[in-house]
Parts: sequence; structure tokens; C-alpha cells
Amino acid sequence: MNARKRAWLAALALALGLAVLPFALDGLLGPYWVRVLDFALLYAMLALGLNIVVGYAGLLDLGYIAFYGVGAYLYALLASPQFGIHWPFWAVLPLGAALAALFGILLGTPTLRLRGDYLAIVTLGFGEIIRIFLNNLDAPVNITNGPQGITAIDAVHLGSFSLGRRQEILGVNVPSTVLYYYLFLLCMLAVVFVSLRLENSRIGRAWVAIREDEVAAEAMGIPTRNVKLLAFAMGASFGGLAGGLFASFQGFVSPESFNLMESIMILCMIVLGGMGNIPGVILGAVLLTALPEALRYVGDWQRHLLGRVVVDPADLRMLLFGLALVLMMLFRPAGLWPSRRRQREFAATGEVAEQEQASLFDARR
Amino acid sequence: MKLLSVERLQVAYGRIQAVRALDLQVGEGEAVCLIGANGAGKTTTLKAIAGLLPCRGSIHFDGRSLGQQPAHAIARLGLTLVPEGRGIFPRMSVLENLQMGAYVRRDRQAVKSDLEEVFALLPRLAERKTQKAGLFSGGEQQMLALGRALMSRPRLLMLDEPSMGLAPVMVQTVFGIIRQIIQRGVSLLLVEQNAHLALKLCQRGYVLENGAVGLADPADELAANPAVRAAYLGEA
Repeated sequence: MNARKRAWLAALALALGLAVLPFALDGLLGPYWVRVLDFALLYAMLALGLNIVVGYAGLLDLGYIAFYGVGAYLYALLASPQFGIHWPFWAVLPLGAALAALFGILLGTPTLRLRGDYLAIVTLGFGEIIRIFLNNLDAPVNITNGPQGITAIDAVHLGSFSLGRRQEILGVNVPSTVLYYYLFLLCMLAVVFVSLRLENSRIGRAWVAIREDEVAAEAMGIPTRNVKLLAFAMGASFGGLAGGLFASFQGFVSPESFNLMESIMILCMIVLGGMGNIPGVILGAVLLTALPEALRYVGDWQRHLLGRVVVDPADLRMLLFGLALVLMMLFRPAGLWPSRRRQREFAATGEVAEQEQASLFDARR
Repeated sequence: MKLLSVERLQVAYGRIQAVRALDLQVGEGEAVCLIGANGAGKTTTLKAIAGLLPCRGSIHFDGRSLGQQPAHAIARLGLTLVPEGRGIFPRMSVLENLQMGAYVRRDRQAVKSDLEEVFALLPRLAERKTQKAGLFSGGEQQMLALGRALMSRPRLLMLDEPSMGLAPVMVQTVFGIIRQIIQRGVSLLLVEQNAHLALKLCQRGYVLENGAVGLADPADELAANPAVRAAYLGEA
């Protein structure tokens, strides 16, 4: 009873903390950081989606950002002056998630037989194909507006209440970024809920089995083909949802937002945070979104202390980023906040490796 | 009506014909072994029956044609393969491995009591429930693979080289367990290098030569056959 009470109190405190967080950030660091927070939530959704594919099912996907792009462009096309279509967000967002899931299956089907490095290369190619398509679909018929991208995308709105501008709620003046924060938070919680349910389901266990030994999983009666496709589709749908939110928040999309670097960044988030563990993945996403922004200050400090900028903050960012990853691989190879299963897996990997080598040898004979 | 009946089975790896026109049957409650030299097509035959390899010919299980059904669908019919090299999930615990064996079953109560039975049959696993399977010795892994197969309530158990790489004492233990499984009424199709042990355990045997059945006789007749003794039982 007492423990239960404490859990409720903790949840309540967390909810309150999350509710006032944007105002606190606004007051302490300025309105720009609320925007960063919004992006952190978007990236957390993306990372949770990729976590299903990579963390749960063990399928290395290097083109994940394509699904983000699919969701974003669908929103942009169906809610902007581009075609003069202005569908409401509650229709377009689920549609974007569904279309992304379809693309997930589209990518998954031909890659089912591939594993490891080979799968990574094909998915990488898929990500690039989508970006290049978006870049070139302005001729012969102009669909995506090419490299210029699509502008003036509708903000999320219900009737006359729009998240795209400042609103007066109960006497409090709430800026657009804070309004979006609440929407993103709700969506992320939904994504977390779905992830949690999947993790502890039959499907979740099937994914672990496939990660371990695909042939044995098949022999246990797991329809590995469909279960892998489901991982692709579920992961992609989260990406599609985040993409739609991104388009409405930003009001502008262009192919440049969906390049390979973004895919790698999201992968880094889950590796850094702790693959397979939901809190870890969110932590990784928040850290890697906030870190580059925080490093912008380093330029100011340099100017202040040394009179000029010696090391460009943008360069420093990649440098520190690389350093952080190397340090992590050395000291926390399972991530900052790994799941208990992963922790065990990593602890055992050395000992099991020998055994696996033996079974690999068997398979090749 | 035979439980498993295979007719004119053909399997090829590219242009190499590994199994050509093979016929074999396993009756309900019967224990049958396939013996033969390396490359005779024993493992290939088991894999083809389990649906892990594309093949031609007809395979009927319990009167139903398996056709080109995928492996997971075949596993659901109660035809369980314990592959060569055991195929356990190395980074899962013993308990998780056993639970994966019951993946397709929905009768939770029965799964629970089956788990108890497996632990009773294999007490060594019960002692090490939470340990990671990859850290086990070869013999223990083979036991786990058998236990996991039992969790699927197989009607026909197909074992591929259960003695491979095991210490002689462990081979005896594992075969003792297999004997107990047979006594429970599970039918068995066994592929085994150790022809001596296999023929002692099973009622009938097939001798495979170059992807086809060379001899098919009751096990004691095969064991007494001078040609078999010379070729597979290591007697001059």
C-alpha cells in the first residue's frame, strides 16, 4: 500500500515536473531552449521507433530517417498551399504513420534474407533513395517542390485554436513552442506506451529470439518473416508520426532534413542511451539533441576569453561527439542506461562468443 | 497410417543433388534412425522435412501434406527439429529458452505443468534455471535443446546428431534421456554418427548412401548385418 502510494506520488511529481518544464526552461535559459526541448521530444519518438527495429529485433537499419521524411512530406502535401489541400491534423498524422508503416514493409520485404552488414547497406541505400526522390520530384510534375521544399505548412489546429501562435489560456500567455511541447509530450507518451506493451508481449519475445538465432526461432514456430516485417512497420510508423509533427511544427520541409547524418544521429541516440531500454533511449535522444545546442555557447566563451573563435563550435561538436562515443564504448558498452537484458547479454558476450564462433562454423559447413 | 511418410524426396544445393528419391516412414510411437557416412544426406533430409530447405517429392505428416509449408507452420503441427549444433538461444536464460519452446502454445496451465515435467526429467536444468544457456557445456546445451523441444509437445521429434561433440559419459546421459522421451510415446527420427548407439535405441533404421536409402531393416537386423557392421560399426 505504502509502496503503491509512493509510486503514485512519484508519477504525480513527474507529471507536474513535465508540465512546468517548458516554462522553467523559458525562464532560466530563454525561449530558444523550449524549441530545443520540442526537438528533443521529436527525436525521442524517432529513437523509440528505431529502437524497435534495432534494439528489439536486432535489424540494423541505417535509413530510418526516410520514414520521418515520408511522414513529414505527407503532412506537408496534405496540409499546405502546395496543392491547396488543408486536411486536419487528426486525419493526416495517422495517415502519415500508416504510409510510413507501408514503406517499412516495402523496405522490409526485399531485405528479409539479409543480415548484419548487408542489411545495413541496403537500408542505407533506401534512405538515400527516398531523399533523392523528394529532391527530384519537382519535374515533370511538381509534387515536392524539389530542393526548395514545401513552405507555409498548416500548424496543428482545432477550429480556431491553433498551436502555431501564442494563446491565452486561463490568463496565462502560452507561446506556440510550449503548446507544441504538450502535443509532442502526449504523442511521445503514446509511443512509450506502445513500446512497453510490445516489449513484454509474445511479439517482443519473438523479436529477442530472432535476434539470438533466426533458424532456431523459426523451428520454434515463430513466423520470422512476418515478425520481422512487423518490426519494420511498427518502427516506421513511429517515424512517420514524428515526421508529421515535425512538418506542422516547423511549417517547412525540405529534403535536406532527411539526410544520412540524421539516420546515424538517431542510431547514436539509442546506442548511447542504451539499446532496447525505453528510458535509456529517451535519455540518449535528449542528450544528443541538447548537447550540440549547448556547445554553441562554447563559441561565445572563446570570443569572450580569447578575443576570437579558435575552434569552430560546429567542429568541436563532432569532435566531442566522437570522444563521447569512444569513451562510452570503453566504459559503458551497453549504453548509459541499458536494459537489464542487454546488460546481461553484454556481460556474457565474451564468454558466449566462443560458443557462437563454434555454431557459426557449423552453419558454414 | 504412418505418422510421417516421405516419398521420393529430392533436395539439391544448387546443382549438387544431396538427396535423390528418398523414401522413409515413421510410425506412431516408433523410434527410427538414419545412419550413413558423412555427406550421405542425413541432415539434409531432416532439414527438408522440417521445412528449412526447399525440396521436391511428397511429405505427409499425420495424413496431411506438408507441401512447401514454411518451417514455423510445420513446427506448429508437432513436428519438432532439434538441429545439429543444438540451436539454443545462447544469451537467454534456461527458463526463457524453455518458454520459447512453448511459444506456439496457448494453454498456459499445461505449459506450466510441462515445465515441471521437463525439470523433473532434467534436474540439472532446474538447478540452473536463471543461468545463461550459452555458458553451458555441450552436454547441458543438448539437454536444454531436448527440454525446449519437449515444451512444444512434439508428436515427432527429429534429433540431428545429439551426440556430436559430447564427452562419452555425457553421450550416455543424453541417450538415456532420449530413451525416456521415447517411453513417453513421442515418435523419434534420429540422425546419428554413432550407429552403434542409434541402432540400440531405435526399432528400425535406414542406411543412407549418396542421398538414397541403401538398406531399410529392423535395427537388430541392421546391427547383425555384416556389411553394416563393417561400414558403420567399425568392425572388420
